[in-house]
Amino acid sequence: MHSDILISQSDGRPMYLQIMEQIKQRVAVGEWAPGEEIPSIRQLAVSLSVSVITVKRAYLELEREGVILTQQGKGSIVAPNPNLAPRLFHEEFSEHLEQVARLGDLLGLSSDEIAHRTKEASNRLIEARYTKETL
Amino acid sequence: MNHLSVQFKGVSKKYTHFALENIDLELPTGSIMGFIGANGAGKSTTIRILMGLVHQDQGSVQVLGHPMPSDQAAAKLDIGFVSEDMRLYGPATLAWHMDFLRPIYPRWDQSYADKLVQRFDLKPQQKIKGLSHGQRVKAALLLALARRPRLLVLDEPTTGLDPVARHEVLQELMAVLADEDRTILFSSHNTLDVEQISDQITFIDRGRIIDSDNKEAFLDRWRRLRLLLPPDTVLPRLPGVVEVGGSGRLPVLTTNRFEPAMVSACNDLGATVQAVDTMTLEEIFVANVHCRRERLTA
Repeated sequence: MHSDILISQSDGRPMYLQIMEQIKQRVAVGEWAPGEEIPSIRQLAVSLSVSVITVKRAYLELEREGVILTQQGKGSIVAPNPNLAPRLFHEEFSEHLEQVARLGDLLGLSSDEIAHRTKEASNRLIEARYTKETL
Repeated sequence: MNHLSVQFKGVSKKYTHFALENIDLELPTGSIMGFIGANGAGKSTTIRILMGLVHQDQGSVQVLGHPMPSDQAAAKLDIGFVSEDMRLYGPATLAWHMDFLRPIYPRWDQSYADKLVQRFDLKPQQKIKGLSHGQRVKAALLLALARRPRLLVLDEPTTGLDPVARHEVLQELMAVLADEDRTILFSSHNTLDVEQISDQITFIDRGRIIDSDNKEAFLDRWRRLRLLLPPDTVLPRLPGVVEVGGSGRLPVLTTNRFEPAMVSACNDLGATVQAVDTMTLEEIFVANVHCRRERLTA
């Protein structure tokens, strides 16, 4: 049920963020339904070969964001109305935007040019997704 | 039940050319500790004291509630120990070793041993002297695991293993932790292995513990800040910064007590914070050792 979560060591982000992201995706596409029981922290840690403390942290953050509910001694479930607007992703997004602005400035791009390039990147993603779906 | 499987208090041991000084160590039951140090830092000496193989000059050691070394016979029934210099008997087979150990340890689990033979891809009828290094390590680990010990102590279990074998070993160590009453201490100089599976991390250098914390706290505390300074400014010493590298106008600060307020503090000094980078455990270890050694020689 959960063995296909993949942790990448070359992904620069901390492991707990990777686990969070993949659980959210699972909830978003409905593989893990609202109210459904999810693996215990220890079970998931063992199946991912990742330390218990890392999975615990991912679960704590997911709970804080309202994606899952953990009951003491009873395990965790997907929240009845999971909140998938992720605070941490917003933070990460803002950080990346600042990097874009800074690098754009280093390259001497105007803010219109930076905006244009961002739009292009976003279009490419939509196109790629579309081709994938039609294949 | 004791919630600490291992507890060192003020443990010291002096040799002519090396001293272990004032070691404090706590390992909560149900967790994995990665014990990291350079060669000769004192990892193996600490582990030998834990096992009662070397007696400390000072300080107390409790393992699974037993004082060491005085109560080592009782403690050892519950400890599985694998180290590099521990030899299996070359002319005998793995099956012979299993038959030898089975009657000694009451909790020996033969069906688990059989499963491990499969998972580790070992041949029970093959003589130990014909095994590769990786197979020998896996055989020794199998013999320790099948006893179902409450505490596993592994000195460099992944050193010299190929990637596939390393992966199998790490996976099997995590499987042990599915049981909340089991605890693992393993030493390594491979920070990648430690980073992946450890709950607790302890750094040792030149016979002293230089840092010990849970892994998430470790990774959260350490950051690198890349700054851009206006011309002709000198950066004052900032609290929590352990190392300043980079060049004059592009300094790179390394901190072990990162908090977001640091970024605003830099901005207030007229600096632009270009990036706040997370660090890998390896970078943290190296930075930690450097700044500690510098402080000692200063």
